[in-house]
Amino acid sequence: MGSFIGVLFDGIAYGSLLFVIAIGLSVTLGLMNFVNLAHGAFAMIGGYVSVVAMTRFGIPFLAALPLAFVAAAAMGIVLERTLYQRLYRASHLDQVLFSIGLVYVAIAVATFIFGPSQQPVQLPEFLRGQVEVAGRGFGAYRIFLIATVAVLTVALHFLIERTRFGAAIRASVDNAIAAAGLGINVNRVFALTFALGSGLAGLGGGLGIDVLGLDPTFPLKYMVYFLLVVAVGGVGTIKGPLVAALILGVFDVAGKYYVPQAGGFVIYLLMVVLLLLFPRGLYGKRA
Amino acid sequence: MKTTAAPAVRPARLPDGRWRPLEIAFWLVPVVAFFLLPDYRVLGSQILIVGLFALSLDLILGYAGIVSLGHAAFFGIGAYTAGLLAVHGWGEPITGLIAAAATAAVAGYLVSLLVVRGTDLTRLMVTLGIGLMLWEAANKAAAITGGVDGLSGVAMGKVLGLWSFDISGRTAYVYSLVVVFLLFVLARRIVASPLGLSLRGIREGALRMPAIGSPVPRRLRTIFTVAAAIAGVAGALLAQTTQFVGIDTLGFPRSAELLVMLVLGGAGRLYGGLVGAALFLIAQDYLSGLSPVYWQLGIGLLLIAVVLFAHGGILGGLAKVYARLRRPTR
Repeated sequence: MGSFIGVLFDGIAYGSLLFVIAIGLSVTLGLMNFVNLAHGAFAMIGGYVSVVAMTRFGIPFLAALPLAFVAAAAMGIVLERTLYQRLYRASHLDQVLFSIGLVYVAIAVATFIFGPSQQPVQLPEFLRGQVEVAGRGFGAYRIFLIATVAVLTVALHFLIERTRFGAAIRASVDNAIAAAGLGINVNRVFALTFALGSGLAGLGGGLGIDVLGLDPTFPLKYMVYFLLVVAVGGVGTIKGPLVAALILGVFDVAGKYYVPQAGGFVIYLLMVVLLLLFPRGLYGKRA
Repeated sequence: MKTTAAPAVRPARLPDGRWRPLEIAFWLVPVVAFFLLPDYRVLGSQILIVGLFALSLDLILGYAGIVSLGHAAFFGIGAYTAGLLAVHGWGEPITGLIAAAATAAVAGYLVSLLVVRGTDLTRLMVTLGIGLMLWEAANKAAAITGGVDGLSGVAMGKVLGLWSFDISGRTAYVYSLVVVFLLFVLARRIVASPLGLSLRGIREGALRMPAIGSPVPRRLRTIFTVAAAIAGVAGALLAQTTQFVGIDTLGFPRSAELLVMLVLGGAGRLYGGLVGAALFLIAQDYLSGLSPVYWQLGIGLLLIAVVLFAHGGILGGLAKVYARLRRPTR
């Protein structure tokens, strides 16, 4: 029973990390129906930026995270304007091939600059070790992770549900043509949302070095997880991907803890079953 | 007064089974290469095998329009079937191929039940998930499959009891060429058949095909199963000719590279897969010796360039040039 709570806790921490990284993909897939397999590359950019900021320039961990966000968002907006937006109307096959190509380029560039090995991360003193809660030890960093993501989720919810920009996003998701007819600049909304999503992925990449690791194959290694969060959660909501990411995180951690001999099998099986049961996602409006 | 001559509109022809001179020339290339380039027979049989694998993907992707990210699953199933049979004493190659085709076909049929239902994204995810699941299964069942070390000790018998696989790759080359050619003829026949035509119809407009009485899910299941069987044969050929099965036969990179080859050569064209595989493997042979990092960067940039600028791949481009030359000059 004790281990169960620990697994649940680790799973939730893992799931919230997946959520931060994947929420941007949910927008790309949902808003413009773009199958972007290269989303993990933005998370990797964030990861490397925070590592470089910390080790080369001595910037503290908490200050490096906003840098990760900004760098990934900037990269996102550049790529969106130059490459992605040319392919919005292309077939899914073209989008898949294009984004696989981008993944390969990202892996090659990262290997070229940083080498193929795992990057170390030095967490600040107060995030290391365990915190005693009700007689049970919880990893301080995991608590920090969950708290950060909780704050981010509330902020995102506010942004989408309560602001004019959020209304524009929701309108464009529901019907891009009608939204454009109402005077919403759908292209600009998408570029900004893409940047926001990439930035969040970058932030997640920076946050996740300690949990997910960071090496050049990162975009390929976690591609399935990000896609899965979106495919299972459905697009166009925050709740769907959040629930999906938490389910995924808990099952993955539990699977690796209780049936280590099955390895990644549990998560792939879960994925196929969930996709068959909910072809449109748990809360999806459209597939 | 002369009536203006109507431009000679040729009626859209149904595909006939006639072999065109260019096709015959194409198939003479590997035969000539066998005699002229004896040092490259090992690479040559690799190209033939991977070309067959790309052809099988072309049937579902190029013709039926199903995007699969896990086609290597069937290649791997075929490879492990043939490899395991040989390891456990059944080294006869032809029956090994048949067994591999049958196993892969069964797997393909089961997967097709899941694949035909979904949208593009679901299909992509399901094929990807099944591919990863099989990789993980082969990885964890190391007692049977050898895990990441691969399955070694594949002892092959003689082909038809006459030719044994030798170190120079002579038998392997001829054996691969004959099998690949036979399956190519089969695929060529399928593509020209009513089934092939209805697949193209489904690719162009899946919603309209039921209106002309075409059972869409059944057609897709059929071609998916056939493609899986052919991929299984390709995998088995690789296992038999190299006498080894690596776990990378099941890996995602193999599925992704396959997509690259097919698109590079030209999807939706029978020869696209073969041409793409040849170019890809020859380039890999030259370039990855320099540095694997540059190779990866190269594929990535190439893919992006093909998608953005070179639709239809190499054969598509050639067809455009050819069509322009054929246009009557006034």
